Amino acid sequence: MHNDILKYLPYKSSFLFVDNISSLDIDGVVGDYTLKSDAFFYEDHFPGNPVTPGVIITEIMAQIGLVVLGIHLMISGADKDGFTMDEASFPLLTSTDVSFYKMVLPEEKVIVTSKKLYFRFGKLKCLIEMHNTAAELIAKGTFSGVIKNAAIKKEQNG
Amino acid sequence: MDRTTILSELKKVLAPYTENKAMLDGINEDTDLIKDLKINSANLVDIIIDAESQYNIEIDFDAAEKMYNVGNCIDVISEKLNRTV
Repeated sequence: MHNDILKYLPYKSSFLFVDNISSLDIDGVVGDYTLKSDAFFYEDHFPGNPVTPGVIITEIMAQIGLVVLGIHLMISGADKDGFTMDEASFPLLTSTDVSFYKMVLPEEKVIVTSKKLYFRFGKLKCLIEMHNTAAELIAKGTFSGVIKNAAIKKEQNG
Repeated sequence: MDRTTILSELKKVLAPYTENKAMLDGINEDTDLIKDLKINSANLVDIIIDAESQYNIEIDFDAAEKMYNVGNCIDVISEKLNRTV
């Protein structure tokens, strides 16, 4: 487990969508999240018929696949451009292109697998997949993001 | 490779990243990638990566930082091309 990284995630309670990180290196990450039946979005999406919104599926994929990996790349010093994080830094999603194959219901556990396509000039782009515990594909797509207000540690010499 | 040639090739590199096709047709060295072509700032990284493979060059962080308008992009590309020749 690589759950030490979770303390760097800036999300709280109702918008934290990462339970465990089972694999993490500079090329990718695997993590999981179990949807809580009392999550705020089920009451209205849809009344009497709770289905996980696609936007939440996307957020789970982004938090595990992009934000966890991005923070790991920053704090492990793997970024040769020398970007670094401080208290003012936060992750921003810059683009997604996702297809959805299966619905996700309350209390389902989902596993997110992310492979780095590139990490350059502070931007991370990944191919991210989500599966259920039966190894069926739920969603797949490419995601990109940056860390806003990341400082540049490197000395600038004109 | 002269600047006019690089500019016309750069148009093809930029095409997937701008919705503003009319502006793209009429770009000149003063065209700003973000303000004029309305390119998503994070996609500047993709443009740099595409330019690297187009010209078989490597663009470092200091050079990338300068590439906010068309003229500066041409500066960086032609400088790197001359260095590798």
